Amino acid sequence: MEQQPEQTINLSKEQAQKLLYQMILIRKFEEKSAEMYTKEKIRGFLHLYVGEEAVAVGVLQALSPEDNVLCTYREHGHALVRGLEPGVIMAEMYGKQEGCSGGRGGSMHLFDAKTKFYGGNAIVAGHLAMAVGLALADRKMKRDQVTCCFFGEGAMAEGAFHEAMNLAALWQVPVLFVCENNLYAMGTALRYTHAQTKLEIKGAAYGITSASVDGMDLLQVMDAANKAVQTIRETGHPYFLVCNTYRFRAHSMFDAELYREKSEVDQWKQRDPIPAFTRYLKEQQLLTDTDLHEIESRVEVEVQQAVDFAETCSFEPVEELLKYTYSEKQN
Amino acid sequence: MAGDRITYRECIKQAIREAMLADERVFMMGEDVGHYGGAFAVSKNLLQEFGPKRIMDTPLSEAGFVGAGIGAALGGMLPIVEIMTVNFSLLALDQIANNAATLLHMSGGQFNVPLVIRMSTGIGRQLAAQHSHSWEPIFAHIPGLRILSAGTHEDARYMLAPALADPDPVIIFEYTSMLNIERGLPETKTGVDISKAKVRREGRDITIITYGTGVYKALESASELAAAGIEAEVVDLRVLRPLDEETIVASVAKTSRAFIVEDASRSVSVSSEVSARIMEKCFYDLDAPVQRLCGAEVPIPYPKHLEDASVPQPAQIVTAIKKILQHDRV
Repeated sequence: MEQQPEQTINLSKEQAQKLLYQMILIRKFEEKSAEMYTKEKIRGFLHLYVGEEAVAVGVLQALSPEDNVLCTYREHGHALVRGLEPGVIMAEMYGKQEGCSGGRGGSMHLFDAKTKFYGGNAIVAGHLAMAVGLALADRKMKRDQVTCCFFGEGAMAEGAFHEAMNLAALWQVPVLFVCENNLYAMGTALRYTHAQTKLEIKGAAYGITSASVDGMDLLQVMDAANKAVQTIRETGHPYFLVCNTYRFRAHSMFDAELYREKSEVDQWKQRDPIPAFTRYLKEQQLLTDTDLHEIESRVEVEVQQAVDFAETCSFEPVEELLKYTYSEKQN
Repeated sequence: MAGDRITYRECIKQAIREAMLADERVFMMGEDVGHYGGAFAVSKNLLQEFGPKRIMDTPLSEAGFVGAGIGAALGGMLPIVEIMTVNFSLLALDQIANNAATLLHMSGGQFNVPLVIRMSTGIGRQLAAQHSHSWEPIFAHIPGLRILSAGTHEDARYMLAPALADPDPVIIFEYTSMLNIERGLPETKTGVDISKAKVRREGRDITIITYGTGVYKALESASELAAAGIEAEVVDLRVLRPLDEETIVASVAKTSRAFIVEDASRSVSVSSEVSARIMEKCFYDLDAPVQRLCGAEVPIPYPKHLEDASVPQPAQIVTAIKKILQHDRV
């Protein structure tokens, strides 16, 4: 996991700073979310992505706006990178009707038709077959798109993972399966949940081109994702990418974290993708202290604006309770 | 009834064929639907006619292909997913209950799922406890789904088109014990109203409320009762969710008596719900307590005599209704 970044990525200053900005935005947005959770503004389950930012940022930059994206319940970061407004995400977590899902979904169910963001799915591995179906529809409709499906390593123990992989390989549909292996399925370590811990082997078993990458290293993730997406666009076939990463915070806000030592977390924090990428950019003279300060200030303002926006949003009238159970529109 | 006699199986097949011809976005997938010709021969020769891209054989992966159907529906297609039997649908229950039924709501109305799932169900072919059962009530419990029961040839033939036109997920229950039954079809080919129950026979003395295999049984019983001077009205629920309360209430208000027949076991069934609604809405119209004839509370047994005893039979309907009316007249 300690490989050097590939040299195939050549970043412009603007690009580099945008990527750093996205990672910092996720980090600060999530820290603010945790704060608002303790203030009881956000309720329900809140799963934070802190530590895993390089995966969402590195993978999503490889996609075009026409591609489909499906995520798990730990999806604030993906939503932000995909272009959902921070305020609209925050409003969703507040349960306000101006939220991206009309307030009906909350933290675990961010949806956005405009950016083709299909959740926010909270049944582990439940969205993998949906991704196969979306890709199947694209192929049937002769649309040249990729469907990108994020899930954790916990999902790979579900039968639904194996059914989806088999279907994707059988039908050869353009899906990028991205396993965000953060080593813990809720609180149970990889070694207790998988007989084969070299996860990429499971994709290869279905004949799907598979790779793994250090998910703490943005450049490596970018490189791997670019290669994966390019391969899918060329072949139309599925691809399986394992990003080995780590979450610095608990599974959810209810988690007392009894299953791992603080020293382990601290060790992983040494490999925090944000300072690592910051150092790299400075070395490459793509970032000055002033630039960094500007990015941080900008993020600070945007996150605060998101909270301010959510505060001013409104709760849906209870008279509308039954809305969205069945469609109002006709096909 | 008019026109040539046709099997229930052929009705379903014609409906699928018609839908495939009508819209390029329609495709069908499921276990053995293609090369095998359909587990119950419903889709025989459709592969030859439409090709493997539109009649897709799937592996034994109920969760996988139902989930793929949901994804394809989200992507703008109109999938018809066949689940071989209702028993196997439980393997896909996660996809149906957690995805198909919820995506519209969770996305605040952004993502609707125009998916049709057809599955065979029912009791009466000595298939024992893992290939029988009427699990319709399980699905009728789930908000966000439209649950249809094709209890007649008319519905088997004309329900699919409006189901495909529905922007939301629709499940159509078909009945294996009816596949070989031949009947004439009504002249109308305009499709059925999948929001309403259907009064299959008018009557003044009692309303028999039923669905699925109960419909022909109830009609047969009603003919026998008519010979004894009792005019039973037969209401085919046809839509198990959302339930058409209006038709039920109107009929019971007219006849003042309600008798509910269903194959599913009694506890927490469709009849439980219908009975409760009649109590809520028609209590003061009733001349007799609402009564039910349901499936026995048992996993369906293999031997024919026990299997027959586990579901309502026409003779029992006739006896029970005579008793209700006699009691009423004392």
